Amino acid sequence: MVNDFAAALSEALRLIASADAQLAQIVALSVRVSLAAVAFAALAALPLGALLAITRFPGRQALVAVLNALMGLPPVVVGLMIYLMLSRAGPLGQFGLLFTPAAMVIAQAVLITPIIAALTRQVIEDAWLEYAEQLRSLGASNTDAALTLLWDTRFALITVVLAGFGRAAAEVGAVMIVGGNIDGVTRVMTTAIALETSKGDLPLALGLGMVLLAIIVGLNLLAHWVKLSAQRRYG
Amino acid sequence: MLPLILENVSYTAGGRTLINDVSFEIGAGTRTVILGANGAGKSVLMRLCHGLLRPTSGRVTWYGASGTSGSGRQAMVFQRPVLLRRSALANVTYALKLAGLPAAESLRRAQVKLDVVGMAQLAAHPARVLSGGEQQRLALARAWALEPEVLFLDEPTANLDPHATRHIEAVINAIHESGTKIIMTTHSLGQARRLGDEILLMSGGQIAERAPVTEFFSAPQSEAAREFLSGELP
Ligand SMILES: Nc1ncnc2c1ncn2[C@@H]1O[C@H](COP(=O)(O)OP(=O)(O)O)[C@@H](O)[C@H]1O
Ligand SMILES: [Mg+2]
Repeated sequence: MVNDFAAALSEALRLIASADAQLAQIVALSVRVSLAAVAFAALAALPLGALLAITRFPGRQALVAVLNALMGLPPVVVGLMIYLMLSRAGPLGQFGLLFTPAAMVIAQAVLITPIIAALTRQVIEDAWLEYAEQLRSLGASNTDAALTLLWDTRFALITVVLAGFGRAAAEVGAVMIVGGNIDGVTRVMTTAIALETSKGDLPLALGLGMVLLAIIVGLNLLAHWVKLSAQRRYG
Repeated sequence: MLPLILENVSYTAGGRTLINDVSFEIGAGTRTVILGANGAGKSVLMRLCHGLLRPTSGRVTWYGASGTSGSGRQAMVFQRPVLLRRSALANVTYALKLAGLPAAESLRRAQVKLDVVGMAQLAAHPARVLSGGEQQRLALARAWALEPEVLFLDEPTANLDPHATRHIEAVINAIHESGTKIIMTTHSLGQARRLGDEILLMSGGQIAERAPVTEFFSAPQSEAAREFLSGELP
């Protein structure tokens, strides 16, 4: 057993070191899909979170609670909903997106939009406590204030967006359902790991696992470093 | 837009009456100093005048405008300067752009004002890592660049050393001489004497006394003023 693991590990390292074509293709697709998902999600979630942080209206607290709850959306349920929407008989069936990378982008974006929006709301609301009177005094509208705070908290928000990326890239249930894990088309790191492990191809699974871990840990270290050095420079 | 008129203004928060039936009229030209101990209600009164707070009862009116937020040009510098995470220069142009000035004019005005407050060589410096005195000067430059008719200053030197304080006081006088009405708060008798033309003494959310600066210090009329001057805080 220990020998099996050692052999699998060394084979996994060999796959990574030799930039194995199959492994590289899976990694590239994963990164492309999750980058697209995080881009769409951020485009919607950053302004949404900022406006929710600075506007005051009846029902706002309830909306914040709902948004926080949506952070815990079960991925398989999201996958199922999107599957139903994109399937031939569904409302968006005519576009033929099911079992394509686009479907996976949609699923991941839906999953992480509430996460980015809720974390953004928190970051901006904290900043708003400090800035509110000054910006009001200068005559800023809600939109002015939202844009100003998004820019002023940009270094903290990098971490928020990367958290969204990490969640998207690590997710397996939703992309399995809407992507179908088709070899060479919709097979990403997480679905490949699940499949290869069940087939017993541990080296490929382990290699992909290490790459996934390296990407997520690396990005978060980078975000942390950006935040620290920006804090030192901009206060 | 002056005079600024307060009629029976009260402000209640959390079950406490912080401003209690204050009425006065403040006209142009002089430097008005609102003097009082910590907690007297100076900052709350200033926010009511500036329109950041709405009176619980009573009215705040500017000449020719009604309602709580003066529709003319007024600016405020807060006790703790709130600066944006960008350069000193960009902090000033930001305010001017919000005020609707074209970019070229904003840049020109911002550079002039930074120069006048002695911060030309710090223009490209990130604002939030400047020293306390520099941050306060930048906040003054930003407010001044708006060329307001009235400038509210809330304890503008509260956390500064004597050197930085002198520098800020010189800038305040320059703003006064440029024709902007100065309304400021302080708890410092020395500062009130140096900068004030007239004194409004606040105590317990009320105006205890109002007098020209020389009279206030030589012949205080109210018990509150005599106590404050003798250093016996109520
Ligand atoms: N938003 C608020 N809610 C409740 N109490 C407040 C609020 N703002 C100020 N206070 C209280 O009002 C009193 C006057 O405050 P402030 O105007 O800041 O005093 P000053 O500026 O003269 O030191 C203080 O006792 C303070 O604790
Ligand atoms: Mg105060």
